[in-house]
Amino acid sequence: MSAMLALQVDGLSVTHAAADGARTVVSGVSFELARGRILGIAGESGCGKTQLLLALLGLSPPGAQVSGSALLSGRQLVGADRRVLRSLRGNRIAMVFQDPMTALNPYLTIGTQLAEVLQVHRGLSKSQALLHSQHMLEAVGIDAPARRLRQHPHELSGGMRQRVLLAMALLCEPDVLLADEPTTALDVTVQAQILDLLLDLRERLGMAVVLVTHDMGVLAQVADDVAVMHAGVLVEQGPVQQLFDAPQSSATQSLLAAARQLSPTAQSLI
Amino acid sequence: MNSTPPLPRWSLLLLLTIVVLAVVVPWISPWTYYTPSWDELDLEPTFANGHWLGTDDLGRDLLVRLMWGCRISLLVAVAASLTSLFIGVLWGATAGYAGGRVDAWLMRTVDVLYAVPFIPFVIVLTVLFGRNIVLLFVAIGAVSWLDTARIVRGQTLALRQREFITAARVGGMSPAQIVRRHVLPNLAGIVAVYLTLTIPTVILVEAFLGYLGLGAQAPLTSLGVMIADGAAQLRSRPRLLICPALLLALLVLCCNRLGDALRDHFDPASGGGA
Repeated sequence: MSAMLALQVDGLSVTHAAADGARTVVSGVSFELARGRILGIAGESGCGKTQLLLALLGLSPPGAQVSGSALLSGRQLVGADRRVLRSLRGNRIAMVFQDPMTALNPYLTIGTQLAEVLQVHRGLSKSQALLHSQHMLEAVGIDAPARRLRQHPHELSGGMRQRVLLAMALLCEPDVLLADEPTTALDVTVQAQILDLLLDLRERLGMAVVLVTHDMGVLAQVADDVAVMHAGVLVEQGPVQQLFDAPQSSATQSLLAAARQLSPTAQSLI
Repeated sequence: MNSTPPLPRWSLLLLLTIVVLAVVVPWISPWTYYTPSWDELDLEPTFANGHWLGTDDLGRDLLVRLMWGCRISLLVAVAASLTSLFIGVLWGATAGYAGGRVDAWLMRTVDVLYAVPFIPFVIVLTVLFGRNIVLLFVAIGAVSWLDTARIVRGQTLALRQREFITAARVGGMSPAQIVRRHVLPNLAGIVAVYLTLTIPTVILVEAFLGYLGLGAQAPLTSLGVMIADGAAQLRSRPRLLICPALLLALLVLCCNRLGDALRDHFDPASGGGA
């Protein structure tokens, strides 16, 4: 398992320039992620989870300072050339967004948006790309994929759209999939379906997943390891069972307490 | 506002009728717009002699001239609007998407050009290049793209914040690809609205230039030129003024109604997104 790490992050920091000086939003984050594993990153709103993902993608807002190191299958992401990053994004490292309602372009058909990824990264013709997209839609459990390709986003339900986004992220079979609260905007039954699908695809494609969420229940269900983030710092990380049984930091404890308060069954989830 | 649905249908029908007539009438009519006929000066409109709207002071058929004028006005309007659309959309989308320094430079250029007074600008152009129809396209297009650029930039700024643009960036697309495939299609609605509202403005500007004597050159005519000529003979031959003025009013009214209806149609959609 240690032969090839999918993602190796070492001392990654992100600093934004603010009116009253610099503000560090991600500070010295380090973690390792092997192929086929799911790392859950938990933390309250504004703790820097999304900033961390954006830094990994090289999409930090203009003016942000990113330091440290992030290796994607051995390739350095921090400070890499823009064109190199562009060729990696959507190809070797992909992302699923929180809100499937807004992450698809309302004016283009599903097929056009899926095919576009393959046309850019694989240089396929539109018809080849569409065929490949159709197979991928089938793989994420969408029925009548050929018809879906010709539909626009508003014709699909929320869960269906999240599946489409997942399919879009997986088209190039990335080494690492970043999922930014992929189930937050969905209702509970659809949420369970999407998580099952994620586990299933991880199995089949052997990719590594970084799952960002503040829902401890979700983490208990799918993550192998969990890292807890607080104020830009990873305060605690370890195997999911260990972390849930014996939380060390106060941030972890309060997250777990909050989860139990919201749903008394969260305790019995693991 | 609440009575908009039935009106655009009439506007559209009327507009199409005018366009078809403008194309067809000079084509099938036995008269031309430029040949004077000394035997037929100042004929009153009758069906008997074939001059349905009569003739003007040089014996030219008024209907044919009217339709030619309409052709020229429409041609100028469409060509100038498309030019302004093309430049404005490219300029605005680039500025809005690139942001930062590029945005500042592009939009300050627009501000500077805004400060150039229109009429002196056209007069200088006319003096330098003489009067011709292409010049009209250039002059009107050069001025009206500034508004388009501003509107498109504003819209692009709003679009850039949308998540599907981020999704496209995460997907590894270059800025040019994103603008072409994700920004421009989303601008189509507002641009279509703006186009229908620009066309009547351009028709009026063209008429205004024609009135000042900077428009189409005789014997070719446009609605503006005809109105200017007609106004001079208001006492003796009122129909030389009334016919083109009425047609111009109808044309502008139809285009405006259509633009308003389109704007109402696109408004709720742009807020909801989906």
